[in-house]
Amino acid sequence: MEPVVRLRSVVALLGGFPALAGADLTVDAGEAVLLRGPNGAGKSTVLRVCAGLVPVAQGEAEVLGVDLTKDRRAVRRRIALLGHAGLLYDDLTVRENVTFAVKAAGGDASSIAGALARLGLDGRLATTRVGSLSAGQRRRTALAALVARQAELWLLDEPHAGLDDDGRDLVDGVVREAIATGSTVVMASHDIDRATKLASRVLTVAGGMITASKPTKTKTEPARVS
Amino acid sequence: MFRDAALVAGKDLRIERRSRVTTQQIAPFALLVLVLFAFALDPDRGVLGRAAAGLYWLAVVFCTVLAVQRSATVEVTDRAGEGLRLAGMDSGGVFLGKAVAVAAQLVVLEALLAVGIAFLYGTKLQEPLVLIATALLATAGLAAAGTAYAAVAAGLRVGPTLLPLLLLPILAPVLLAATRAWEAGLAGAPGDAVSWLELLAAFAVMYVAVGVVGYGTLQEES
Repeated sequence: MEPVVRLRSVVALLGGFPALAGADLTVDAGEAVLLRGPNGAGKSTVLRVCAGLVPVAQGEAEVLGVDLTKDRRAVRRRIALLGHAGLLYDDLTVRENVTFAVKAAGGDASSIAGALARLGLDGRLATTRVGSLSAGQRRRTALAALVARQAELWLLDEPHAGLDDDGRDLVDGVVREAIATGSTVVMASHDIDRATKLASRVLTVAGGMITASKPTKTKTEPARVS
Repeated sequence: MFRDAALVAGKDLRIERRSRVTTQQIAPFALLVLVLFAFALDPDRGVLGRAAAGLYWLAVVFCTVLAVQRSATVEVTDRAGEGLRLAGMDSGGVFLGKAVAVAAQLVVLEALLAVGIAFLYGTKLQEPLVLIATALLATAGLAAAGTAYAAVAAGLRVGPTLLPLLLLPILAPVLLAATRAWEAGLAGAPGDAVSWLELLAAFAVMYVAVGVVGYGTLQEES
C-alpha cells in the first residue's frame, strides 16, 4: 500500500530561511505519528508542507498520492489541519462556521450535527458567535470542523493547547476515533505524555530535519522514518 | 467555481449583516464625505450641482476602499482565509464570491449616496437607466479590482495603509468613466454616456477576468 505521507530530502523555505533542511518522513495509512522537538525545529512546517500550504523548494513530497511539487492544491480537500489559528469567522456562529468549513470542502453536511455534539458544542453554544467564545471553546469549534469534514489525513499542531483537562481528554478521544475509522494522524505537540499515548511512533525534529524515531507502546500501524 | 462563489458570497454577506460595518460605519462615512464636500465647495449649491457626479463617484471610491479592506480583514482574522485554501475551494470562485459580496454592499451605499446628493446638492437624478447602468458596470469594476488588490495588501504588515495607495490609481479610470457617464445622465444627454458605458464595461470585464485567473496566485503568495 502506498504511504499516506512520503517526504524525501524536503527543503522548505520560509522567508528565505530553510525551515526544513532535508526532511525525510514516511507515514502509512491508519498510523498516528507524533513530532516532537524544540520551538523552531520545523514541526509546524512539516505539517504545513503536508497540507500543501508551504511549497517544497527541493526534494520529493507526496501526500495521499498527490505530488506536492507539481500540485499543492489537489490534496487539500482530503486533509484536515488544526493549526495555531482556528481558521474561524468571529461573526458566524459555531454551527455556521462548521457548516461553512464542511460545505467549502465539499463534505457531507449530515456529519455536522454529530460533530458538534461530539465536541460538546450542541445546544445554545451552537448558535453562539465564535467571537464570544473562550479560547477553549474556539479550539473545540475548530476541532468540530475537522471531525465533520471526515478527512483522510489529520494534521494536528499542538492539539491540546489552550484546553483544560476535560478538553484535552475530548481531543484524545476524537483522535482515537479518527484513527479507529481509518484516518491517518500526524501531530506536533509539547504535551508529550498525552500525545505519546495516542501515537505509535515519536519522531524527533531538530534543525529542520527528522533526526530520530522511537516506537511507543501504543498499538497502531507502524510508522517508519526513511 | 460558481458553487464556491455562492458559498463565499453568502458567508461574507452574513458576516456583514451581523457585524453591520457597512450600515453603521461605511454608510455614515459616505454621507459625511458628501456633507464635507458641501461645506468645502459652495453653500449656495452652484459648484456642488455641477460637480455632483464627480463628488458622488469619489465618495463611492472611498467606500470601495473601506469595503474591500473589511472584506480582506475578515479573512486575515484567525487566518480564516487559510481555511478557504485548505478546503480546496476554486480560487476563481472565492474571488467572485468576495467581489459579489462587496458589490452588493456598494450598490446599497450607492443608492444611499444618490439620495444624499439629491437631498444635499439638489441634484435631479435624470435618465435613471443611464445612472443605474453606470452604477452596475462601475460597481463590478470597483469590486473586482478592489477585491484583488485587497488580497495583495492583506498579507503585508503595512497592508491597511498600503491598500489605498495601490488601489486608487487602478480605480481612477473607473472613477473618470463613471463620472462622465453620470454627468451625461444628469444633464439629460444619455447619448453622451454610451462611450463611457462601453469603457466601464471593458474595465469590468478586464478586472473580473484578471481576478478570476490571478486570485489563486495572490492567495498562495499572501
